[in-house]
Amino acid sequence: MNNPQLNDRGGLRHLLTIEGLPRETLVNILDTARSFVSLSGREVKKVPLLRGKSVFNLFFEPSTRTRTTFEIAAKRLSADVINLNIQSSSQSKGESLLDTIDNLAAMHADMFVVRHSQSGAPHLIARHLTRQNVINAGDGRHSHPTQGLLDAYTIRHHKKDFSKLSVAIVGDVLHSRVARSAIHALTTLGTPDVRAVGPRTLLPTELERLGVRTYTDMAAGVRDCDVIMTLRLQNERMQGPLLPSAQEYFKSYGLTPERLALAKKDAIVMHPGPMNRGVEIDSAVADGPQSVILQQVTFGIAVRMAVMAILAGQGGYGMTQTETGTSSGENR
Amino acid sequence: MSAPQSDNKVSLPDVEALFETLLGQLKPRVSHAAGMVGIVTGGVWLAERLHAALGLRAPLGMLDVSFYRDDVGEKGIKPQVSPSQIPFDVDGRDILLVDDVLFTGRTVRAAMNELFDYGRPARIDLAVLADRGGRELPIEPLYCGGRVDVPKGSILMLDRDPRGVMSMSLSSRRRQRGAGT
Repeated sequence: MNNPQLNDRGGLRHLLTIEGLPRETLVNILDTARSFVSLSGREVKKVPLLRGKSVFNLFFEPSTRTRTTFEIAAKRLSADVINLNIQSSSQSKGESLLDTIDNLAAMHADMFVVRHSQSGAPHLIARHLTRQNVINAGDGRHSHPTQGLLDAYTIRHHKKDFSKLSVAIVGDVLHSRVARSAIHALTTLGTPDVRAVGPRTLLPTELERLGVRTYTDMAAGVRDCDVIMTLRLQNERMQGPLLPSAQEYFKSYGLTPERLALAKKDAIVMHPGPMNRGVEIDSAVADGPQSVILQQVTFGIAVRMAVMAILAGQGGYGMTQTETGTSSGENR
Repeated sequence: MSAPQSDNKVSLPDVEALFETLLGQLKPRVSHAAGMVGIVTGGVWLAERLHAALGLRAPLGMLDVSFYRDDVGEKGIKPQVSPSQIPFDVDGRDILLVDDVLFTGRTVRAAMNELFDYGRPARIDLAVLADRGGRELPIEPLYCGGRVDVPKGSILMLDRDPRGVMSMSLSSRRRQRGAGT
Protein backbone atom coordinates (compact mmCIF):
# COMPACT_ATOMS: atom_id res chain seq x y z
CA MET A 1 0.00 0.00 0.00
CA ASN A 2 1.24 3.43 -0.90
CA ASN A 3 1.91 5.40 2.26
CA PRO A 4 1.93 9.16 1.64
CA GLN A 5 4.22 9.59 4.64
CA LEU A 6 7.09 7.69 3.07
CA ASN A 7 9.25 8.54 0.10
CA ASP A 8 10.08 6.02 -2.61
CA ARG A 9 13.04 4.72 -0.59
CA GLY A 10 10.90 4.15 2.47
CA GLY A 11 12.27 7.21 4.30
CA LEU A 12 9.96 9.38 6.35
CA ARG A 13 8.79 12.42 4.41
CA HIS A 14 5.82 13.55 6.54
CA LEU A 15 4.59 12.41 9.92
CA LEU A 16 0.81 12.29 9.67
CA THR A 17 -0.18 9.21 11.63
CA ILE A 18 1.52 6.26 13.28
CA GLU A 19 -0.87 3.85 11.62
CA GLY A 20 0.89 2.01 8.83
CA LEU A 21 4.41 3.09 9.71
CA PRO A 22 6.92 0.24 9.86
CA ARG A 23 8.28 -0.75 13.22
CA GLU A 24 11.83 0.19 12.15
CA THR A 25 10.70 3.74 11.47
CA LEU A 26 9.31 4.06 14.99
CA VAL A 27 12.40 2.49 16.54
CA ASN A 28 14.59 4.83 14.53
CA ILE A 29 12.68 7.86 15.83
CA LEU A 30 12.93 6.63 19.44
CA ASP A 31 16.65 5.88 19.08
CA THR A 32 17.34 9.28 17.57
CA ALA A 33 15.32 10.93 20.35
CA ARG A 34 17.56 9.21 22.88
CA SER A 35 20.59 11.07 21.65
CA PHE A 36 18.66 14.34 21.79
CA VAL A 37 17.70 13.67 25.42
CA SER A 38 21.41 13.54 26.23
CA LEU A 39 21.87 17.08 24.87
CA SER A 40 20.00 18.59 27.78
CA GLY A 41 23.02 18.05 30.04
CA ARG A 42 25.23 20.22 27.89
CA GLU A 43 26.32 23.82 28.12
CA VAL A 44 24.84 24.55 24.68
CA LYS A 45 21.64 22.62 24.12
CA LYS A 46 21.39 23.40 20.44
CA VAL A 47 22.62 21.43 17.45
CA PRO A 48 22.91 22.95 13.97
CA LEU A 49 20.84 20.35 12.09
CA LEU A 50 18.08 22.70 10.91
CA ARG A 51 20.18 25.83 10.63
CA GLY A 52 18.73 28.15 8.01
CA LYS A 53 15.44 26.23 7.84
CA SER A 54 12.08 27.76 8.67
CA VAL A 55 9.54 25.78 10.66
CA PHE A 56 6.00 27.11 10.64
CA ASN A 57 3.81 26.12 13.57
CA LEU A 58 0.27 26.29 12.20
CA PHE A 59 -2.22 25.96 14.99
CA PHE A 60 -5.81 26.09 13.82
CA GLU A 61 -6.81 24.87 17.27
CA PRO A 62 -5.45 26.22 20.53
CA SER A 63 -2.62 24.40 22.31
CA THR A 64 0.01 25.44 24.78
CA ARG A 65 2.09 22.38 25.58
CA THR A 66 2.28 20.88 22.12
CA ARG A 67 2.97 24.18 20.39
CA THR A 68 5.59 25.17 22.95
CA THR A 69 7.41 21.85 22.82
CA PHE A 70 7.44 21.92 19.00
CA GLU A 71 8.80 25.44 19.18
CA ILE A 72 11.54 24.45 21.63
CA ALA A 73 12.37 21.36 19.57
CA ALA A 74 12.77 23.40 16.38
CA LYS A 75 14.86 26.03 18.17
CA ARG A 76 17.16 23.39 19.69
CA LEU A 77 17.75 22.24 16.12
CA SER A 78 18.66 25.85 15.24
CA ALA A 79 15.65 26.39 12.97
CA ASP A 80 13.79 29.67 12.67
CA VAL A 81 10.32 29.21 14.09
CA ILE A 82 7.23 31.11 13.08
CA ASN A 83 4.12 30.57 15.20
CA LEU A 84 0.75 31.18 13.62
CA ASN A 85 -2.54 30.92 15.42
CA ILE A 86 -4.78 30.82 12.44
CA GLN A 87 -8.19 30.83 14.05
CA SER A 88 -7.65 34.48 14.76
CA SER A 89 -6.27 35.35 11.36
CA SER A 90 -6.86 34.80 7.65
CA GLN A 91 -9.29 31.91 8.01
CA SER A 92 -11.71 34.25 9.70
CA LYS A 93 -11.37 36.50 6.66
CA GLY A 94 -12.45 33.61 4.46
CA GLU A 95 -9.17 32.38 2.98
CA SER A 96 -9.13 28.67 2.17
CA LEU A 97 -6.75 26.32 3.97
CA LEU A 98 -4.67 25.57 0.90
CA ASP A 99 -4.44 29.26 -0.05
CA THR A 100 -3.07 29.93 3.42
CA ILE A 101 -0.55 27.14 2.93
CA ASP A 102 0.49 28.41 -0.50
CA ASN A 103 1.11 31.85 0.94
CA LEU A 104 3.25 30.47 3.74
CA ALA A 105 5.13 28.22 1.33
CA ALA A 106 5.86 31.34 -0.74
CA MET A 107 7.51 32.73 2.41
CA HIS A 108 10.03 29.85 2.06
CA ALA A 109 8.72 27.56 4.73
CA ASP A 110 10.60 24.26 4.96
CA MET A 111 8.43 22.43 7.45
CA PHE A 112 4.86 22.77 8.66
CA VAL A 113 3.68 21.62 12.07
CA VAL A 114 -0.09 21.48 11.82
CA ARG A 115 -2.82 21.19 14.40
CA HIS A 116 -6.37 21.26 13.12
CA SER A 117 -9.78 20.36 14.49
CA GLN A 118 -10.64 18.58 11.24
CA SER A 119 -9.37 15.02 10.92
CA GLY A 120 -7.30 14.72 7.77
CA ALA A 121 -6.32 18.39 7.41
CA PRO A 122 -2.56 17.63 7.70
CA HIS A 123 -2.95 14.89 5.04
CA LEU A 124 -4.58 17.39 2.73
CA ILE A 125 -1.72 19.83 3.25
CA ALA A 126 0.92 17.14 2.79
CA ARG A 127 -0.58 16.00 -0.51
CA HIS A 128 -0.72 19.58 -1.69
CA LEU A 129 2.94 20.36 -1.05
CA THR A 130 5.86 19.13 -3.10
CA ARG A 131 8.89 20.37 -1.19
CA GLN A 132 7.99 20.89 2.45
CA ASN A 133 7.58 18.37 5.25
CA VAL A 134 4.41 18.19 7.31
CA ILE A 135 4.10 17.06 10.91
CA ASN A 136 0.66 16.40 12.30
CA ALA A 137 0.42 17.97 15.75
CA GLY A 138 -3.10 16.65 16.29
CA ASP A 139 -6.02 16.50 13.85
CA GLY A 140 -9.57 16.14 15.14
CA ARG A 141 -10.18 12.74 16.68
CA HIS A 142 -7.82 11.11 14.23
CA SER A 143 -4.18 11.22 15.22
CA HIS A 144 -1.51 12.88 17.33
CA PRO A 145 1.55 10.93 16.25
CA THR A 146 4.25 12.78 18.20
CA GLN A 147 2.24 12.27 21.39
CA GLY A 148 2.01 8.54 20.63
CA LEU A 149 5.76 8.49 20.06
CA LEU A 150 6.61 10.35 23.24
CA ASP A 151 4.34 7.97 25.14
CA ALA A 152 6.23 5.07 23.59
CA TYR A 153 9.54 6.75 24.40
CA THR A 154 8.55 7.25 28.04
CA ILE A 155 7.43 3.64 28.34
CA ARG A 156 10.61 2.34 26.75
CA HIS A 157 12.70 4.56 29.02
CA HIS A 158 11.17 2.94 32.10
CA LYS A 159 10.35 -0.58 30.91
CA LYS A 160 13.09 -1.11 28.27
CA ASP A 161 11.20 -3.70 26.28
CA PHE A 162 7.63 -3.71 24.93
CA SER A 163 7.37 -7.46 24.43
CA LYS A 164 6.13 -8.34 27.90
CA LEU A 165 4.09 -5.26 28.79
CA SER A 166 0.50 -4.73 29.82
CA VAL A 167 -0.65 -1.18 29.14
CA ALA A 168 -4.04 0.14 30.20
CA ILE A 169 -5.42 3.24 28.51
CA VAL A 170 -8.17 4.66 30.69
CA GLY A 171 -10.88 7.11 29.76
CA ASP A 172 -12.46 8.65 26.71
CA VAL A 173 -10.80 6.49 24.08
CA LEU A 174 -13.55 7.23 21.57
CA HIS A 175 -12.75 10.91 21.15
CA SER A 176 -9.04 10.65 21.82
CA ARG A 177 -6.45 11.05 19.09
CA VAL A 178 -3.87 10.53 21.82
CA ALA A 179 -5.27 7.08 22.59
CA ARG A 180 -5.47 6.13 18.93
CA SER A 181 -1.85 7.14 18.33
CA ALA A 182 -0.63 5.39 21.47
CA ILE A 183 -2.46 2.20 20.50
CA HIS A 184 -0.89 2.17 17.04
CA ALA A 185 2.55 2.90 18.46
CA LEU A 186 2.30 0.24 21.17
CA THR A 187 0.97 -2.50 18.92
CA THR A 188 3.49 -1.71 16.17
CA LEU A 189 6.28 -1.89 18.73
CA GLY A 190 5.09 -5.32 19.83
CA THR A 191 3.20 -4.71 23.09
CA PRO A 192 1.25 -7.93 23.66
CA ASP A 193 -1.41 -6.59 26.04
CA VAL A 194 -3.00 -3.22 25.30
CA ARG A 195 -6.22 -2.52 27.16
CA ALA A 196 -8.81 0.21 26.82
CA VAL A 197 -10.73 0.93 30.00
CA GLY A 198 -13.78 3.16 30.23
CA PRO A 199 -17.54 3.41 30.04
CA ARG A 200 -18.95 1.48 27.09
CA THR A 201 -20.16 4.74 25.52
CA LEU A 202 -16.56 5.97 25.26
CA LEU A 203 -14.93 2.80 23.90
CA PRO A 204 -14.96 2.66 20.10
CA THR A 205 -16.14 -0.58 18.55
CA GLU A 206 -13.13 -1.00 16.27
CA LEU A 207 -10.74 -1.52 19.20
CA GLU A 208 -10.82 -5.31 19.00
CA ARG A 209 -9.68 -5.11 15.40
CA LEU A 210 -6.62 -3.15 16.57
CA GLY A 211 -5.78 -5.92 19.01
CA VAL A 212 -6.97 -4.02 22.07
CA ARG A 213 -8.94 -5.67 24.88
CA THR A 214 -11.72 -3.55 26.32
CA TYR A 215 -12.77 -3.31 29.96
CA THR A 216 -15.67 -1.44 31.46
CA ASP A 217 -14.57 -2.41 34.96
CA MET A 218 -11.67 -0.22 36.10
CA ALA A 219 -10.33 -2.68 38.68
CA ALA A 220 -10.13 -5.50 36.14
CA GLY A 221 -8.70 -3.17 33.52
CA VAL A 222 -5.72 -1.95 35.51
CA ARG A 223 -4.96 -5.17 37.38
CA ASP A 224 -1.30 -6.23 37.00
CA CYS A 225 -0.57 -3.51 34.45
CA ASP A 226 2.92 -2.13 33.86
CA VAL A 227 1.66 1.17 32.52
CA ILE A 228 -1.53 3.14 33.13
CA MET A 229 -2.23 5.94 30.68
CA THR A 230 -5.03 8.17 31.85
CA LEU A 231 -6.75 10.31 29.25
CA ARG A 232 -8.14 13.77 29.71
CA LEU A 233 -11.90 13.84 30.06
CA GLN A 234 -12.77 16.71 27.78
CA ASN A 235 -15.15 19.15 29.40
CA GLU A 236 -17.32 19.41 26.34
CA ARG A 237 -18.06 15.68 26.56
CA MET A 238 -19.39 15.93 30.06
CA GLN A 239 -22.40 17.89 28.93
CA GLY A 240 -23.43 15.28 26.36
CA PRO A 241 -25.42 12.10 26.84
CA LEU A 242 -22.33 9.87 26.97
CA LEU A 243 -21.46 10.58 30.60
CA PRO A 244 -23.40 11.28 33.76
CA SER A 245 -21.09 13.82 35.47
CA ALA A 246 -17.48 14.44 36.35
CA GLN A 247 -18.06 13.20 39.91
CA GLU A 248 -19.73 10.02 38.69
CA TYR A 249 -16.89 9.47 36.27
CA PHE A 250 -14.27 9.86 38.99
CA LYS A 251 -16.14 7.38 41.16
CA SER A 252 -15.98 4.71 38.45
CA TYR A 253 -12.82 5.51 36.48
CA GLY A 254 -10.74 8.06 38.37
CA LEU A 255 -7.22 6.79 39.03
CA THR A 256 -6.95 6.73 42.82
CA PRO A 257 -4.12 5.32 44.95
CA GLU A 258 -6.35 2.30 45.74
CA ARG A 259 -6.85 1.51 42.05
CA LEU A 260 -3.21 2.14 41.24
CA ALA A 261 -2.34 -0.44 43.90
CA LEU A 262 -4.03 -3.09 41.73
CA ALA A 263 -1.41 -2.59 39.03
CA LYS A 264 2.13 -3.91 39.31
CA LYS A 265 4.20 -2.37 42.10
CA ASP A 266 6.49 -0.64 39.63
CA ALA A 267 3.73 0.50 37.27
CA ILE A 268 4.11 3.98 35.84
CA VAL A 269 1.30 6.50 35.48
CA MET A 270 1.05 8.67 32.39
CA HIS A 271 -1.22 11.48 31.26
CA PRO A 272 -1.00 13.54 28.05
CA GLY A 273 -2.14 16.72 29.80
CA PRO A 274 -3.82 18.96 30.55
CA MET A 275 -5.02 17.12 33.65
CA ASN A 276 -8.37 17.43 35.36
CA ARG A 277 -7.45 16.60 38.93
CA GLY A 278 -10.27 14.85 40.70
CA VAL A 279 -11.92 13.84 37.42
CA GLU A 280 -9.70 11.29 35.67
CA ILE A 281 -6.85 11.28 38.17
CA ASP A 282 -6.44 11.83 41.89
CA SER A 283 -3.85 14.42 42.92
CA ALA A 284 -2.13 11.87 45.14
CA VAL A 285 -1.45 9.75 42.04
CA ALA A 286 -0.63 12.62 39.68
CA ASP A 287 2.00 13.93 42.11
CA GLY A 288 3.01 10.51 43.43
CA PRO A 289 6.23 8.56 42.93
CA GLN A 290 4.83 6.43 40.10
CA SER A 291 3.83 9.43 38.01
CA VAL A 292 5.98 10.17 34.95
CA ILE A 293 3.65 12.85 33.64
CA LEU A 294 6.15 15.71 33.65
CA GLN A 295 8.85 13.49 32.21
CA GLN A 296 6.55 12.91 29.25
CA VAL A 297 6.68 16.63 28.54
CA THR A 298 10.49 16.70 28.65
CA PHE A 299 10.82 13.61 26.47
CA GLY A 300 8.30 15.17 24.09
CA ILE A 301 10.87 17.79 23.13
CA ALA A 302 13.49 15.17 22.23
CA VAL A 303 10.97 13.08 20.30
CA ARG A 304 9.84 16.11 18.30
CA MET A 305 13.46 17.01 17.61
CA ALA A 306 14.03 13.49 16.33
CA VAL A 307 11.03 13.65 14.02
CA MET A 308 12.07 17.04 12.62
CA ALA A 309 15.68 15.94 12.20
CA ILE A 310 14.68 12.77 10.38
CA LEU A 311 12.23 14.61 8.12
CA ALA A 312 14.80 17.28 7.30
CA GLY A 313 17.22 14.55 6.25
CA GLN A 314 14.64 12.51 4.36
CA GLY A 315 16.57 12.99 1.15
CA GLY A 316 19.06 10.52 2.55
CA TYR A 317 18.78 7.41 4.61
CA GLY A 318 15.70 5.41 3.76
CA MET A 319 14.65 2.41 5.74
CA THR A 320 15.85 0.10 2.99
CA GLN A 321 19.34 1.16 3.90
CA THR A 322 19.14 0.10 7.51
CA GLU A 323 19.78 -3.50 6.54
CA THR A 324 23.16 -2.61 5.21
CA GLY A 325 23.55 0.12 7.78
CA THR A 326 26.23 2.72 7.71
CA SER A 327 29.27 3.53 9.68
CA SER A 328 29.91 6.72 11.50
CA GLY A 329 30.96 9.07 8.78
CA GLU A 330 34.50 7.88 8.30
CA ASN A 331 36.41 8.89 5.21
CA ARG A 332 34.73 12.23 4.84
CA MET B 1 47.39 -11.37 11.58
CA SER B 2 44.49 -11.99 9.22
CA ALA B 3 44.76 -10.72 5.67
CA PRO B 4 42.73 -7.61 5.08
CA GLN B 5 39.74 -8.11 2.83
CA SER B 6 39.35 -5.72 -0.06
CA ASP B 7 37.40 -5.13 -3.21
CA ASN B 8 40.50 -3.94 -5.03
CA LYS B 9 44.08 -4.97 -5.25
CA VAL B 10 45.33 -2.39 -2.79
CA SER B 11 47.60 -3.43 0.02
CA LEU B 12 46.28 -2.27 3.35
CA PRO B 13 48.56 -1.50 6.26
CA ASP B 14 48.85 -3.54 9.39
CA VAL B 15 46.69 -1.85 12.02
CA GLU B 16 48.98 -2.89 14.87
CA ALA B 17 51.97 -1.28 13.18
CA LEU B 18 50.04 1.96 12.65
CA PHE B 19 48.87 1.83 16.26
CA GLU B 20 52.40 1.42 17.61
CA THR B 21 53.66 4.33 15.51
CA LEU B 22 50.81 6.53 16.71
CA LEU B 23 51.24 5.54 20.34
CA GLY B 24 54.98 6.20 20.05
CA GLN B 25 54.27 9.76 18.89
CA LEU B 26 51.71 10.41 21.62
CA LYS B 27 53.54 8.98 24.64
CA PRO B 28 56.21 11.66 25.11
CA ARG B 29 53.91 14.57 24.33
CA VAL B 30 50.46 13.96 25.80
CA SER B 31 49.84 15.12 29.37
CA HIS B 32 47.98 12.81 31.77
CA ALA B 33 45.56 15.66 32.36
CA ALA B 34 44.48 15.80 28.70
CA GLY B 35 40.95 14.82 27.82
CA MET B 36 40.64 12.24 25.06
CA VAL B 37 37.63 12.16 22.76
CA GLY B 38 37.03 9.42 20.19
CA ILE B 39 34.77 9.90 17.18
CA VAL B 40 32.13 7.18 16.82
CA THR B 41 32.63 4.39 15.75
CA GLY B 42 36.18 3.56 14.68
CA GLY B 43 37.69 6.52 16.50
CA VAL B 44 36.23 5.29 19.78
CA TRP B 45 37.71 1.82 19.36
CA LEU B 46 41.09 3.35 18.69
CA ALA B 47 40.70 5.84 21.54
CA GLU B 48 39.82 3.07 24.01
CA ARG B 49 43.21 1.46 23.41
CA LEU B 50 45.14 4.72 23.35
CA HIS B 51 43.43 5.93 26.51
CA ALA B 52 44.43 2.80 28.39
CA ALA B 53 47.98 2.79 27.00
CA LEU B 54 48.56 6.44 27.87
CA GLY B 55 47.00 6.16 31.33
CA LEU B 56 44.98 9.35 31.05
CA ARG B 57 43.23 10.45 34.24
CA ALA B 58 39.95 11.77 32.82
CA PRO B 59 37.53 9.14 31.50
CA LEU B 60 37.29 8.73 27.74
CA GLY B 61 34.77 10.89 25.88
CA MET B 62 32.98 10.06 22.67
CA LEU B 63 31.31 12.12 19.99
CA ASP B 64 28.79 11.06 17.40
CA VAL B 65 28.95 14.00 15.04
CA SER B 66 25.78 13.07 13.12
CA PHE B 67 23.96 16.21 14.23
CA TYR B 68 26.86 18.42 13.17
CA ARG B 69 27.61 17.08 9.72
CA ASP B 70 27.46 19.49 6.80
CA ASP B 71 25.83 16.91 4.53
CA VAL B 72 22.69 16.24 6.58
CA GLY B 73 20.60 18.00 3.92
CA GLU B 74 21.75 15.57 1.23
CA LYS B 75 22.34 12.42 3.23
CA GLY B 76 20.04 12.66 6.22
CA ILE B 77 20.99 11.48 9.66
CA LYS B 78 22.05 7.89 9.98
CA PRO B 79 19.65 5.41 11.56
CA GLN B 80 21.72 4.73 14.67
CA VAL B 81 23.04 7.82 16.37
CA SER B 82 24.80 7.09 19.63
CA PRO B 83 24.57 9.78 22.27
CA SER B 84 27.73 11.85 22.58
CA GLN B 85 29.31 11.72 26.04
CA ILE B 86 31.97 14.04 27.34
CA PRO B 87 32.49 12.92 30.96
CA PHE B 88 34.87 15.76 31.88
CA ASP B 89 34.89 19.53 31.89
CA VAL B 90 35.94 20.78 28.47
CA ASP B 91 36.59 24.36 29.59
CA GLY B 92 40.29 25.14 29.68
CA ARG B 93 41.38 21.56 29.01
CA ASP B 94 43.75 20.18 26.37
CA ILE B 95 41.68 17.86 24.21
CA LEU B 96 43.03 15.06 22.05
CA LEU B 97 40.54 14.23 19.31
CA VAL B 98 40.92 10.68 17.95
CA ASP B 99 39.61 9.21 14.71
CA ASP B 100 40.47 6.12 12.70
CA VAL B 101 40.72 7.46 9.16
CA LEU B 102 41.25 11.08 8.13
CA PHE B 103 40.00 11.97 4.66
CA THR B 104 38.22 15.23 3.73
CA GLY B 105 38.43 16.68 7.25
CA ARG B 106 34.69 17.32 7.41
CA THR B 107 34.13 14.88 10.26
CA VAL B 108 36.84 16.60 12.28
CA ARG B 109 35.31 19.99 11.60
CA ALA B 110 31.94 18.66 12.81
CA ALA B 111 33.59 17.20 15.91
CA MET B 112 35.28 20.50 16.76
CA ASN B 113 32.01 22.37 16.39
CA GLU B 114 30.32 19.89 18.69
CA LEU B 115 33.15 20.09 21.25
CA PHE B 116 32.72 23.84 21.47
CA ASP B 117 29.10 23.31 22.49
CA TYR B 118 30.44 21.62 25.62
CA GLY B 119 32.80 24.44 26.50
CA ARG B 120 35.96 26.26 25.44
CA PRO B 121 38.93 23.91 25.32
CA ALA B 122 42.44 25.30 25.86
CA ARG B 123 43.52 23.47 22.70
CA ILE B 124 42.46 20.61 20.46
CA ASP B 125 44.94 18.24 18.84
CA LEU B 126 44.12 15.58 16.32
CA ALA B 127 45.38 11.98 16.32
CA VAL B 128 44.46 9.56 13.53
CA LEU B 129 45.43 6.01 12.75
CA ALA B 130 45.53 6.52 8.98
CA ASP B 131 45.62 9.59 6.74
CA ARG B 132 44.35 8.90 3.26
CA GLY B 133 44.82 12.47 1.95
CA GLY B 134 42.05 14.17 -0.05
CA ARG B 135 41.47 17.01 2.39
CA GLU B 136 38.75 19.54 1.61
CA LEU B 137 39.39 21.67 4.68
CA PRO B 138 42.52 23.12 6.28
CA ILE B 139 42.81 20.35 8.88
CA GLU B 140 45.96 18.33 9.58
CA PRO B 141 46.68 15.73 12.26
CA LEU B 142 49.42 16.40 14.77
CA TYR B 143 49.74 12.66 15.40
CA CYS B 144 49.33 10.09 12.63
CA GLY B 145 49.94 6.33 12.42
CA GLY B 146 50.69 6.48 8.73
CA ARG B 147 49.66 7.52 5.27
CA VAL B 148 47.48 5.09 3.31
CA ASP B 149 46.84 5.53 -0.38
CA VAL B 150 43.55 4.12 -1.58
CA PRO B 151 41.44 4.86 -4.69
CA LYS B 152 39.40 8.04 -4.36
CA GLY B 153 35.90 6.54 -4.57
CA SER B 154 36.54 3.75 -2.10
CA ILE B 155 35.88 3.67 1.62
CA LEU B 156 38.61 2.75 4.04
CA MET B 157 37.43 1.75 7.45
CA LEU B 158 38.49 0.23 10.68
CA ASP B 159 36.81 -2.98 11.79
CA ARG B 160 36.90 -4.76 15.10
CA ASP B 161 36.10 -8.42 15.53
CA PRO B 162 34.37 -9.87 18.61
CA ARG B 163 37.77 -10.57 20.22
CA GLY B 164 38.67 -6.90 19.92
CA VAL B 165 41.20 -7.38 17.12
CA MET B 166 41.21 -4.41 14.76
CA SER B 167 41.81 -4.52 11.03
CA MET B 168 41.30 -2.26 8.06
CA SER B 169 39.11 -2.93 5.09
CA LEU B 170 38.40 -1.25 1.83
CA SER B 171 35.04 -1.29 0.13
CA SER B 172 33.18 0.49 -2.59
CA ARG B 173 30.07 1.12 -0.51
CA ARG B 174 29.13 1.87 3.05
CA ARG B 175 28.19 -0.99 5.29
CA GLN B 176 27.75 -1.91 8.91
CA ARG B 177 30.79 -1.92 11.14
CA GLY B 178 31.97 -5.29 12.39
CA ALA B 179 30.69 -6.70 15.65
CA GLY B 180 32.16 -5.67 18.93
CA THR B 181 30.47 -2.37 19.72
